[in-house]
Amino acid sequence: MNYEPVIGLEIHAQLLTGTKIFCGCSTKFGSEPNTQTCPVCTGMPGVLPVLNKRVVEFAIKTGLALKCDIAPYSIFARKNYFYPDLPKGYQISQYELPICEHGYVDISVDGVGRRVGITRIHMEEDAGKNIHGAEVGYSFVDLNRTGVPLMEIVTEPDIRTPAEACEFMKMLRSIVRYLGVCDGNLEEGSLRCDANVSVRSAGLEELGVKTEIKNINSFRFVEKALEYEIKRQVGILKDGGRIVQETRLFDSDAGVTHSMRFKEEAHDYRYFPDPDLVPVVVDDKWVEEIRTTMPELPEQKKKRFIEELGLPGQDAALLADEKALAEWLEEAVKLGANPKNAANWLINELMRMLGEDKTPIEDSRITPKHLADMLALIDKSVISGKIAKSVFNKMYRTGKDANLIVEEEGLVQISDSSELESIIDKVIENNPNEAERCKGGEVKLMGFFVGQIMKETKGKANPNMVNELLRKKLAE
Amino acid sequence: MELFGLTISGALELLKKREISPVELTKAVLGRIESVDDKISAFVTVDGEKALARAGDIAAGEGGLSGIPIAVKDNICTKGVRTTCSSRILENFIPPYESTVTGRLLNEGYVLIGKTNLDEFAMGSSTENSGFFTTKNPWVTERVPGGSSGGSAAAVAADECIAALGSDTGGSIRQPASFCGVVGMKPTYGRVSRYGLVAFASSLDQIGPLTKNVRDAAVLLNVISGHDGCDSTSLNMDVPDFTSVLGSDIRGLKVGVPGEYFIEGIDSEVAIPVKNAISQLERLGADVVDISLPHTGYAVATYYVIATSEASSNLARYDGVKYGLRVEGNDLLDMYMKTRSEGFGQEVKRRIMLGTFALSSGYYDAYYRKAQQVRTLIRRDFEKAFEEVDIIATPTSPTTAFKIGEMISDPLQMYLSDILTISANLAGVPAISVPCGFSSEGLPVGLQITGRHFDEESILKVAYAYEQSTEWHKRRPLL
Repeated sequence: MNYEPVIGLEIHAQLLTGTKIFCGCSTKFGSEPNTQTCPVCTGMPGVLPVLNKRVVEFAIKTGLALKCDIAPYSIFARKNYFYPDLPKGYQISQYELPICEHGYVDISVDGVGRRVGITRIHMEEDAGKNIHGAEVGYSFVDLNRTGVPLMEIVTEPDIRTPAEACEFMKMLRSIVRYLGVCDGNLEEGSLRCDANVSVRSAGLEELGVKTEIKNINSFRFVEKALEYEIKRQVGILKDGGRIVQETRLFDSDAGVTHSMRFKEEAHDYRYFPDPDLVPVVVDDKWVEEIRTTMPELPEQKKKRFIEELGLPGQDAALLADEKALAEWLEEAVKLGANPKNAANWLINELMRMLGEDKTPIEDSRITPKHLADMLALIDKSVISGKIAKSVFNKMYRTGKDANLIVEEEGLVQISDSSELESIIDKVIENNPNEAERCKGGEVKLMGFFVGQIMKETKGKANPNMVNELLRKKLAE
Repeated sequence: MELFGLTISGALELLKKREISPVELTKAVLGRIESVDDKISAFVTVDGEKALARAGDIAAGEGGLSGIPIAVKDNICTKGVRTTCSSRILENFIPPYESTVTGRLLNEGYVLIGKTNLDEFAMGSSTENSGFFTTKNPWVTERVPGGSSGGSAAAVAADECIAALGSDTGGSIRQPASFCGVVGMKPTYGRVSRYGLVAFASSLDQIGPLTKNVRDAAVLLNVISGHDGCDSTSLNMDVPDFTSVLGSDIRGLKVGVPGEYFIEGIDSEVAIPVKNAISQLERLGADVVDISLPHTGYAVATYYVIATSEASSNLARYDGVKYGLRVEGNDLLDMYMKTRSEGFGQEVKRRIMLGTFALSSGYYDAYYRKAQQVRTLIRRDFEKAFEEVDIIATPTSPTTAFKIGEMISDPLQMYLSDILTISANLAGVPAISVPCGFSSEGLPVGLQITGRHFDEESILKVAYAYEQSTEWHKRRPLL
């Protein structure tokens, strides 16, 4: 029997606001424990939350990007449970009436497209962090993260393969980064993904029993965790067993999921509207204002790169995916670089080098201007493509301007025919046997002569002219 | 007259004329506490040294309350001064921040004279649920002062302060004011910031004044009212000068008397003085008309679903982790259970359980959601009534102060003592209790005047006109 996986994702995105969702404390990451706290986010008796407007703005922005309906009226609710990292004994979240609903994202894997529905986006506060093991017999609580704004994005169970789940996450990461609402870092937990997965006999409408997988903190693990879990579920069903609805934790070292073995009883969070907060009222005017600030999103950018810049689809997708890369390319093109050439250099050289050095594009010493200048030198035949590679390497290492490097190192291409001719004559003279054989029809020896000439000129000879002159000489 | 017997207005006049100093006045009040609080037990905390130091720093006449010793209910956070909510779980809690209302009082130069007793977390009608001790009614000390702001009401009645702040979730200012023969007012929900008021039921709680006369209530209300950026539920609207309407004519004003508030169970010792008071309003030129608030009968049930639901969540933060009492346990759950079992009293536990139940999945629709729907109906009752009348006059409480211990074993009977005050909280409308007579045993009776949303002016105007035409407010208990 064939089984079909059904996957839905729940993504938590930490929002890039400067201050927390319900108080004025900083959201900066990595400070000393409990230094970014105040009476409000530590849940002192008598304090009250006041909503940070930027959080609503960021949620609306995301909602627009994910083609959602923006609710004109939404409310915050309390999710009640006891845990030391939750100082009020409840998390302020949204339950009934979230800020965004009914959106979608289009993805494609190996040329097969799929529309993934967005059920809802809601705003909530993050919890703090429990610290264990610092002292025997005690645990500690760091409340710096308490009240950092989160956005929870819930998809419909529309995803059918682990690869699609991964592609969706990549697309979502790209979108939130474009919007500037989240830095999209899975490893550091600013973007967190939980997956609901079930399998069913192919062709059946009815959904199977699902499990929820937590702790998936890289793109690679999205696929690995889901692949494992699907295999596990199919294995159980094939053996005539039954899937237990439960939460499972992904162990990335072992590549498996474990049951979290929580008590059987389901949590009753006793959600109810938070009486300390007033409803969030969003009028059309505000939505339109936010709409005008929306940047071009990866899908649109990719389309434009293909249609206007003439880039191949794959290159366009690769560059559009990452806002910083796309902007780098656009800047180079604006400075006069040929788009295709610039994209080639960016993808094949710069991204490779940066990748090896684990350096983000933002920290690259080569700027779009550097590349544009270098490409201009090639166009004007000042340097050859081959010399350009060494110029590029030098720019990468030193951050120096291409013109300066060419000048300092005397890399200007030799395009003077009389100078080249005398070099060619010398080389032919020094290799009489090869010259004879070449003239006699061993055309492949042409390459040998080109190599010798390049060696003689330290690669600076204009290759087109060398080919032309050599052919003439050896035909004589 | 002794200095401690002064009203805010009376004291301000003497302070301005430099006939007395803030230190003298503070000393007089501290002396009064010294001599009578053994009998009354109004205060949880009195820090005389701190109060005198503060009084010494104040230049009389600079702020609206310069040098006035005011008592604050012990569920309102005062920076650096223990705030217990009369609960063992917060017995040693010292707030690191100032509530908005006391911050405003500080700006106006008040002297914090002490923190007053209450039913634990404001849950009760007698102060018998205090985790520490029961406050006595200054008129008859075998009787309760009412609650939950019983400490504040008793302190005002016994002249242990010039005025006090209380909080009112279902009558917790008005009912003790009525029992103790003082003026107590619950402003419109949203008029006064709740920031720093330890939450019992967030959608019902409101801070208000307890004073010796109506003018003082208006003076205090002027200071504590107004929008606060720290409280999303505080309304951003202009605050009038509430004293400016005092003394204006009430002729032609329409007074509604709801039949539902004069039902069986209202003590005739209460009903008669209240009816007389309504006749007095008529003599002052008001038009009295019968009205109906048809959903009144559902108010208590509605209230005990909503208030306990909110409380069950609001009190979750007292878990032994961050502040207050912690009883060590074998593991986290054990620590939670021991801390909360030992830290909370019976009534608080009862309400947490009630509220937890009402919010549970499967019961939410039947209880919480239904209660919110009924709440809307009760609010509409008032809106409809206020299309016809300007204020509504009723008794504040169905009885006068009951005996200590009389109702402690019958929580349901205790809940019913709030039957006449609860609706104003559910509807969010302002209401005031003013003394309107005494029972044959010499216990005070209160007249409740309820007004439209954000129309505190009308109820103050009527209350003042009534008060000025009677002598009740001038009577003081013999101590």
